[in-house]
Amino acid sequence: MTRDEILEKIRAVLVDALGVDDDEVTEAARLTTDLGAESIDFLDITFKLEQAFGIKIPQGELFPDSTAQDPKFIQDGKVTEAGLAEMRRKLPHIDFSDFARDPRLGQIGNVFTVGVLVKYVERKLGAGAPA
Amino acid sequence: MRWMWIDRILELKPRERLVAIKTVSLSEEHLHDHFAAGPGSAALPIMPASLIIEGMAQSAGILVGHAGGFKEKVVLAKVNSAEITREALPGSTLRYTATMERFDTTGAATRGVVELIEQTSGGPVCTEIGRIDLMFSHLDQNLAGAEFPKHNFVFSDTFRTLLTTSGFEAW
Repeated sequence: MTRDEILEKIRAVLVDALGVDDDEVTEAARLTTDLGAESIDFLDITFKLEQAFGIKIPQGELFPDSTAQDPKFIQDGKVTEAGLAEMRRKLPHIDFSDFARDPRLGQIGNVFTVGVLVKYVERKLGAGAPA
Repeated sequence: MRWMWIDRILELKPRERLVAIKTVSLSEEHLHDHFAAGPGSAALPIMPASLIIEGMAQSAGILVGHAGGFKEKVVLAKVNSAEITREALPGSTLRYTATMERFDTTGAATRGVVELIEQTSGGPVCTEIGRIDLMFSHLDQNLAGAEFPKHNFVFSDTFRTLLTTSGFEAW
């Protein structure tokens, strides 16, 4: 499956899950800020991606699970260096470089873009070269 | 029993499907206001569509709760889609068929079909009148750090009674 085909399927998933128009679903669009996703939508998106691509997405593999709530990794409302390292290790499809400059927990939603979903599915299907 | 919007569970196939019914009765108070007579218009008692969605949520919620042994607090998280094409009038019966689409530790997704069973002189007539797809969240799995009561406040004695009176073993 090509990257464009993956993006098209993801676009259909997000139009269905979030009620957005298909032209809003660009690779740079952020799921929360731009497309209005709320926390429960992440679970919905996970379910729908599994169906669309016939894959199994274990908890914590696509989106972070408990790292962002672990007191070890949070200090004064910010993700610590150790927390960032842990998330980079667990979520290699996500680019944390912008977030690392302002690692306030409330900003973490901005790292989840449509492009992140494309990259994750590419890796999962083995279609893309490893990052 | 004030907030029970199903009367009886007809079928429970664990982790797969649950069928429940609800009889719409004119003695239900909300029907007197939905819709009350107005100047120049007669009363029009019909089952509110929002409560049909609630009926499906309870049917599907029990299916999800049962799949987790009623250990998790299961809450309705999202109405993915809901389409109801006809009114349910007093004297008719709604039949909710909830089917499990996805279930894991974080939550579940269900699909649902709503049918209307009407009594006619030729016998009961059953018509599909809607489809309702829902998502449920396992509360304790998704809000880490949030404090909830230890007891399962979602699946209370009311649900236990409903299961028992429907002929199923309560937990």
